[in-house]
Amino acid sequence: MATVTKPKKIRRFCMPDPFAVLTDEIIQAQIRSRTRVLDLGCGDGRLLQTLRDVHQCQVQGIELDLEELKAAMHRGIPVLQGDLDHGLDGFPDDSFDFAVLSQTLQQVRQPRLIVQEMLRVAKQALVVVPNFAHWKVRLKVGLHGRAPVTSQLPYEWYDTPNLHFMSMCDFRDLAELLEAKIVKELPIIRGRAVEGAWWANLRADSALYVLEKNGKHSSA
Amino acid sequence: MSIENPVAAPAMIQPDTESPPAASDPRSVGIVETKFLTLFEPPHPLVLANGSTLGPITVAYETYGKLNAAKDNAIYVCHALTGDAHMAGKRATEDRKPGWWDELVGPDKGLDTNRYFVICANVLGGCQGTTGPGSINPATGRRYGLDFPFITFADMVSVHSELTRKLGIDKLLSVIGGSVGGMQVLEWAAKFPDQIRSAVCLATGPRLSAQGIAFNMVGRRAITSDPNFSQGSYYGDEKGSIINIESGPKLGLAIARMVAHITYLSEESIENKFGRHLQHREQFTFDMTTDVEFQVESYLHYQGQRFVERFDANSYLYLTRAMDYFDLARDYGGVSQALAKTNARFLVVSYTSDWLFPTAQSKEIVASLVKSGRHVTFVELESPFGHDSFLLEVEPLQEMLEPFLSQTHLTAASDNIGKSK
Repeated sequence: MATVTKPKKIRRFCMPDPFAVLTDEIIQAQIRSRTRVLDLGCGDGRLLQTLRDVHQCQVQGIELDLEELKAAMHRGIPVLQGDLDHGLDGFPDDSFDFAVLSQTLQQVRQPRLIVQEMLRVAKQALVVVPNFAHWKVRLKVGLHGRAPVTSQLPYEWYDTPNLHFMSMCDFRDLAELLEAKIVKELPIIRGRAVEGAWWANLRADSALYVLEKNGKHSSA
Repeated sequence: MSIENPVAAPAMIQPDTESPPAASDPRSVGIVETKFLTLFEPPHPLVLANGSTLGPITVAYETYGKLNAAKDNAIYVCHALTGDAHMAGKRATEDRKPGWWDELVGPDKGLDTNRYFVICANVLGGCQGTTGPGSINPATGRRYGLDFPFITFADMVSVHSELTRKLGIDKLLSVIGGSVGGMQVLEWAAKFPDQIRSAVCLATGPRLSAQGIAFNMVGRRAITSDPNFSQGSYYGDEKGSIINIESGPKLGLAIARMVAHITYLSEESIENKFGRHLQHREQFTFDMTTDVEFQVESYLHYQGQRFVERFDANSYLYLTRAMDYFDLARDYGGVSQALAKTNARFLVVSYTSDWLFPTAQSKEIVASLVKSGRHVTFVELESPFGHDSFLLEVEPLQEMLEPFLSQTHLTAASDNIGKSK
């Protein structure tokens, strides 16, 4: 006698689009001109294109998806097809000034390995991670008992590419574990970087980290 | 079956500006002509890697499309081991088949002849019109045979490079090659780093693996142990202008081809194509004298037979040896060192089922390019066809060549503007 009811549309808090232009701008602000930049999961290469054309950077992308890779080729961006789950095999140590990983860390199988690899191949690692400790996520989990959903795409828990849920505090733990120095921590609140924001772990929807292997010094 | 040996060739030619006769297929380059050019004439012979000299050298080549006024749209294609200059179109309307990469070369195709001027030449040491062991040695008036000097890929690339200059081109938009052709592309980048704007390396590696050397050795042994090999002097007609391949080590050459052909396929593609299907009957014959029982045997026999009709065994010996010798790291003190000198952009492509030049070899090229800070794009394409995939999987290749070449061409155009300022 069960009557089929239309599933109730639940409004959920959505994490920002990984390719958000605003995030790209925040990343660009951290990268010095005329440096060598590696973008892990570069998608169609738009961040690298700006870095190349505006900041005269020497750029290299890594992307698994062939269609995205071809889109990057149409922008003249060099891209290596590769799976981040396999690390950065074949990339020599310290071959880049910056390695960028934007909104992808939660999607790789071994986040620890990939951050370690970034610190190996680049002088500095720029990582933008979603902050699953955002108050709205906490509210959804705490009050509604529902798993957090990220990105504007309607992923459900069973088909989401997000394998890991971390907060800013959690990410700091990882940095410590890897003996990496956090050169910069920029909470991103509604698309704006707010340096030294109060209650960042509660208010930021994501955060940008600039990491450096301890003992390394950024050459200005 | 005999092969015409070119005798005379014009000393200096202008790039072809005439369009070919209208073909029924608008995407075909139409009727094409193999042209000949003589290089390294006395007193300027080619100094070979083994220290000896060779000259004059006749080169058989074809071109498709038009060289533009800025001369910045030329693309050179290096053919694979047993290929030839005839890459696209037909040499006569009644030809059964078009050139070996016709699917990729033509108007609106991957190598778009509306935009680019495409060159392909038979390699030094080959037997399809370019000077090789079957050519007449001007010093003796007889065919070289095994007196032909030992040649390497570096020597072949020197000839490619000289042909390019003779065609009036200072800098190529791209050099493209698969397999052994890809090795020549790498050699080109190392030896003449300023002559190329981009390089496309398909199903290749910085050296031939021990397994590859082993297969080549079996092929050569089949040829040299054929009773008709006669120390390479099997041409019969030693002074004429015709190579008579009928008299050569046909059986050995066919076996060499059969072995090599297996390495070009994959287990999956052989299984899909032939399985264990029998050729003539439903049941086994239980007769040792039956030459061909399985379809795959018939196929290899056919490949062997077709090959001896068009290829000279001595060329096969020289070219496979050159392939064995190729080792970028050994010749230049490291793969990175070899590739660091060029500013060319690279596109490196490997294929999942290729076991002769597996992806790891392409990745080694890529890692070396990354190490030297070069502009490099790498893709591993899914394909069941083994090493031959680079010839067969034209569409995915075309989708990558199109942006790669047009983006490279943009940099060429901006360089030219820079120069004229």
